[in-house]
Amino acid sequence: MPVLTKEQQDYKKFSKSKRPKPPLLKNMTMAFVVGGTICVIGQVFLSFFIAKGLTPSQAAGPTSIIMIFFGAFLTGTGVYDKLGKYAGAGSIVPITGFANSIVSPAMEFKREGYVFGVAAKMFVVAGPVLVYGITSATIIGLIYYLLHML
Amino acid sequence: MKKLGRQTVQFEKAPSIIGTATIVGPKEGQGRFKDYYDLILKDSIYQERSWEKAETKILKESVEMAIKNSKVPTAKIDYFIAGDLLNQIISAGFAARELGLPFLGIYGACSTIAQGAIIGAMIIDGDFGENVVAAVSSHFCTAERQFRFPLELGNQRKPTSQWTVTGAGAMVLSAKAHNPRITRATVGKVIDMGEADPNDMGTAMAPAAVDTIVRHFEDTGKTPDDYDLILTGDLGSIGKDIAEELLRQKGYDISNKYTDCGVLIFYPEQDVHAGASGCACAAVVTCGYVYKEMIRGKYNRVLLVATGALLSTTSSQQGETIPCIAHAIALENL
Repeated sequence: MPVLTKEQQDYKKFSKSKRPKPPLLKNMTMAFVVGGTICVIGQVFLSFFIAKGLTPSQAAGPTSIIMIFFGAFLTGTGVYDKLGKYAGAGSIVPITGFANSIVSPAMEFKREGYVFGVAAKMFVVAGPVLVYGITSATIIGLIYYLLHML
Repeated sequence: MKKLGRQTVQFEKAPSIIGTATIVGPKEGQGRFKDYYDLILKDSIYQERSWEKAETKILKESVEMAIKNSKVPTAKIDYFIAGDLLNQIISAGFAARELGLPFLGIYGACSTIAQGAIIGAMIIDGDFGENVVAAVSSHFCTAERQFRFPLELGNQRKPTSQWTVTGAGAMVLSAKAHNPRITRATVGKVIDMGEADPNDMGTAMAPAAVDTIVRHFEDTGKTPDDYDLILTGDLGSIGKDIAEELLRQKGYDISNKYTDCGVLIFYPEQDVHAGASGCACAAVVTCGYVYKEMIRGKYNRVLLVATGALLSTTSSQQGETIPCIAHAIALENL
């Protein structure tokens, strides 16, 4: 980071006082309601598959697939970004948001072609989540394995 | 010597603006200046295959329309000066490919229209040409994908963020005696007050606008009383507040005649957070509302201070602060 001069630091303090605060309470309420609703829908599918005879860990697979489908479908139809505007983290954090983060760049960069556009840019938002998600899962897995060896 | 003080020029011939044209997108067309635009698009893709092609098309058509409105034959246009926000200013370059005019491509981010007008006025005052077109464009969808996120991504915008104007503005400058005229111009310095948030450009750009306004008054000996309207480019609501306060601290109270194009373009209920931005922001207000109201005589002396943030996604990701610029042009009915 660049080192700021005294004048720049003073301006930063001054401008901070002028900046509107994000409406935290409203944002959190919306995130809770929308995020919660998405999870309830997921739970309905999970319970349905368990009732049909799958074990809970088996039922997680088809439930995720259905929720990813919904996320991708609502992105393609232009609904998910409008939902995200109000819901914020409530629609970003669930797996539907993950689908949105992959489908939206794929759509956006289609005009640059299927190789350098769709395929290359598909993970431009979700890529860091995958990299650090898989890396931390591997490290935790190793620690878990080593602890069990003791 | 046509130079005044450190950064200002006084044009001897005072080049006139003899024709303008503005084209805007549908959202802008629902905004405050809807009656002042020459063309409001029904959709922002404008029958093209990509947003970039659409932006090139509106820039090209705004230039053709401005030339037509000026009644100068296209063969008599000596230079076409244009810029936009995209990498390698492709909208300007590609529009120039279609227009077949001698082309100077420029970049000053959202201050580009003032930069183009200054260069154009200097060309005319220096007798290097009779007629010059200065034009710029910006497009919400091309800017979002270059600077921010895919359109369909469900992210939340910050309260400080601004909405890139979809549109193009073009002005034909001429040596002919006509009103309004460009009488003086102040070329700004790059000012960086250490702001680094690309979602808060108004805060970053306000000190640049203030520096140029103060410099303009000091160089010319003019005061705010010499203008009917002082207009910054795209500081938005937060930047405008800051600029007003900084100017007051420096002894200039301009609050009764000062406003900002970024604050005005959209109505508050259009949900654009801190206001509008983009090259077209200052351009469509100047070439539309200001130009037409100067011809009608509502305003006779206007100081336009177009502002620009000279950052890129690369510089932001590398943690750089935002260098900002503001150029001022005085438009007057003589």
